[in-house]
Amino acid sequence: MSQAPPAERAHARWAPHTGPAGPRQALLSGWTGLREALHAEWTKLRTLPGTPWLLGALILLTVAVSTAATAAATCPSGDCSVDPAKLSLTGINLGQAVAAILGVLVISGEYSTGMIRTTITAMPRRTSMMAAKAIIVTGLVLAAGTVAVLGSLLAGGLILPGHGFTPAHGYPALSLGDGPVLRAAAGSVLYLGLIALLSLGVATMIRDAGAAIGTVLGLLYLSPIIAAVVSSPHWHNDIERYAPMSAGLAIQATTGLRSLPISPWGGLGVLAAWAAAALLAGGLLLRLRDA
Amino acid sequence: MTMPTITPYRPGPQAARDGFTQLLRAEWTKFRTVRGWVIGVVVAALVTVVLGLLIAGGGSSTCQTSPSSPVLSGPACLPHIPLGPGGVAVTDQFYFVRQPLAGNGSITVRVASLTGLYANGVTRVGQPLTKGVQPWSKAGVIIKAGTRPGSAYAAMMVTGGHGVRMQYNYTRDTAGLPGAVSAASPRWLRLTRSGHTLTGYDSADGTHWTRVGTARLAGLSSTVQAGLFATSPTHTVVVSQSLGGGTSAGGPSLATAVFDHASLSGTSPSRPWTGDAVGGKATGGPVTSGSLGFHQSGGTFTVTGSGDIAPLVPAADAGFPISTIEQSLVGAFAGLIAVVVVAAMFITAEYRRGMIRTTLAASPRRGRVLAAKAIVAGGVTFAAGLAAAIITVPLSDRLSHAKGSYVLPVSTLTELRVVVGTAALLAVAAILALAIGTALRRSAAAVTTVIVVIVLPYILGTGDVLPLGAENWLLRITPAAGFAIQQSVPAYPQVTAGYTPTAGYFPLAPWAGFAVLCAWAVLALGLAVVLIRRRDA
Repeated sequence: MSQAPPAERAHARWAPHTGPAGPRQALLSGWTGLREALHAEWTKLRTLPGTPWLLGALILLTVAVSTAATAAATCPSGDCSVDPAKLSLTGINLGQAVAAILGVLVISGEYSTGMIRTTITAMPRRTSMMAAKAIIVTGLVLAAGTVAVLGSLLAGGLILPGHGFTPAHGYPALSLGDGPVLRAAAGSVLYLGLIALLSLGVATMIRDAGAAIGTVLGLLYLSPIIAAVVSSPHWHNDIERYAPMSAGLAIQATTGLRSLPISPWGGLGVLAAWAAAALLAGGLLLRLRDA
Repeated sequence: MTMPTITPYRPGPQAARDGFTQLLRAEWTKFRTVRGWVIGVVVAALVTVVLGLLIAGGGSSTCQTSPSSPVLSGPACLPHIPLGPGGVAVTDQFYFVRQPLAGNGSITVRVASLTGLYANGVTRVGQPLTKGVQPWSKAGVIIKAGTRPGSAYAAMMVTGGHGVRMQYNYTRDTAGLPGAVSAASPRWLRLTRSGHTLTGYDSADGTHWTRVGTARLAGLSSTVQAGLFATSPTHTVVVSQSLGGGTSAGGPSLATAVFDHASLSGTSPSRPWTGDAVGGKATGGPVTSGSLGFHQSGGTFTVTGSGDIAPLVPAADAGFPISTIEQSLVGAFAGLIAVVVVAAMFITAEYRRGMIRTTLAASPRRGRVLAAKAIVAGGVTFAAGLAAAIITVPLSDRLSHAKGSYVLPVSTLTELRVVVGTAALLAVAAILALAIGTALRRSAAAVTTVIVVIVLPYILGTGDVLPLGAENWLLRITPAAGFAIQQSVPAYPQVTAGYTPTAGYFPLAPWAGFAVLCAWAVLALGLAVVLIRRRDA
């Protein structure tokens, strides 16, 4: 709180007291409402002791798992049927769990402590409160995700050539200048952001942190397990195409795009639809239910 | 004067209140009175059943015996798979040159050569086959209860790449003399029947014999079929280089063995040898049935066979989809997530509500509180998991049968292990969640940690992202190793197949894998006890 410049503090303190006026001012206050809400949410999330730890864990775990995966892979001869970019980004599988925690805690934490009643009293426009939470948590996850993805690709770029993934074996060095690699990298960052949004939406619906994170992780991790045992190829394809994790991670593919059940951007779009649906349902319930 | 006020603390008849039974009752009361937790456990059982049934009922298969025949569906599509003496599904297809053997007796033969032909993935019908013997091409002497596929047997054989073996009742395999057979180094094989006991011997010269093994075939009738056989399994190349490992496309093969010095001693009268293709001649593809058979000239027999005498494994390319009973329990993953949420909340909710202070004030021995919680959470989860698995496995088996998809039968003991193991898996996961919940005190962090350490290694270990070596290590050391308890079909060294985690084969034996999960739970519980004792509540 004390770090904010004095002018902004004064503004934050006094703005709610300006009261309603003409329609023009109502529109203005709607805008300031979101700005205030953003400021409030940012302060809340910034001052929670868990936030920096979680962001650090997101980066560290993602890079660690990616590094371990690339270190385990070898390609002694050509044609190893390995997608080096996807392999270098394996850590996203774990990093998404941390992004999910962040997305859940930003709202569930308020329900468990009763803080939500204070928040809603201060910001009666619940939708803009939720929008502010979404913007803040997505921003943080995108920032941490960018570091994590760049770190993973850097580790992959350093390790893979030593394990036989050389241009001689048909694997050019990983570079962000390469279109598909850039798509995989940027897409993975967006993927993490969308997971945080999906989690926020689910947590707004369920409220309880444990149940919400269980639901989100079930939604993500169950699809590949179930797809593996479904005997009907039709069902198998449908699961891979419409389940949030399988579809969303299609963005990481840089080779063999034709054999994918869904195109990279199409897959990310499916995940975005999941996140939007969760946010919509969560937002509706937030408006309809007592806090 | 203050002395009398202390009396209520003196241990007396009320000491029983501090007993562990009371503590268990207290924790059980807490558990059953929180509606959300009871719902959570019921949901865990329900999703396990519903997902299992959905998957079993989803795959409706259609089939055609030939391109011109009508399309069949449902149970008509089920392949006819013989069952071996142990109740396991087997492949029993070979060329059998036989005579009846009444009572005790012995059969001896010298194998002078074993050669083979095979079709690789690109060989078409009509094209010549590639020369070469398969590692598990087999030829030798066999004593079998009858010619019905799946009947009991014991055999002494030479193989393409694994030396002399004694095999019996499809799953048992013992090594004899090493090295390949050739005219320069022939192999002598002998099989002796005495009652229900069959003993196998091998020799390099026909005079110095070594006992390889003994088989007890229960219920063997007095007259059995004894003779020479040859068979050769599908040519299979297991690629371990690629991610996830796997079996590359192969093709049928056949093996030809040359025998001489055949002698059948016993009570049977001297009769001519008869030849049978046990298990039918359906070889398919470029191997034509006309090439199978036997040829006798003087004392020399040339026998050509194709197929295998071995357990049927889902990883091998059988030509039709094979599912296993553990696949019907895939819903246990969803159940596991629900159980983990409930078990973690069982302790984190106490911290959130401040209830933990009441709990610890009422029972100051904190380790015992945790033990009582672990027993309640584990017990409830085990019961729910057991109920779900007991319903799911037989129901989905029936459903699969009605839909015409083949579920590999396993022995009752194995089925029991898979069902009880699934329940135990959920219970241990619940205890792990309780321990992690005690250490972290936050439900979101605890739930995520437990799900990530159990489910994520399983996904990465059985997926197609990591190389095979890394997959095996993940499934050896992480809590995901516990899923090995669900593996119903072992990896048989005498059957060439891609025994990879992706195909459902874990690197550890069922109970060893489960022990790894238990070790993690014990470790976490120990940490939790230390932390709950040391920290303020």
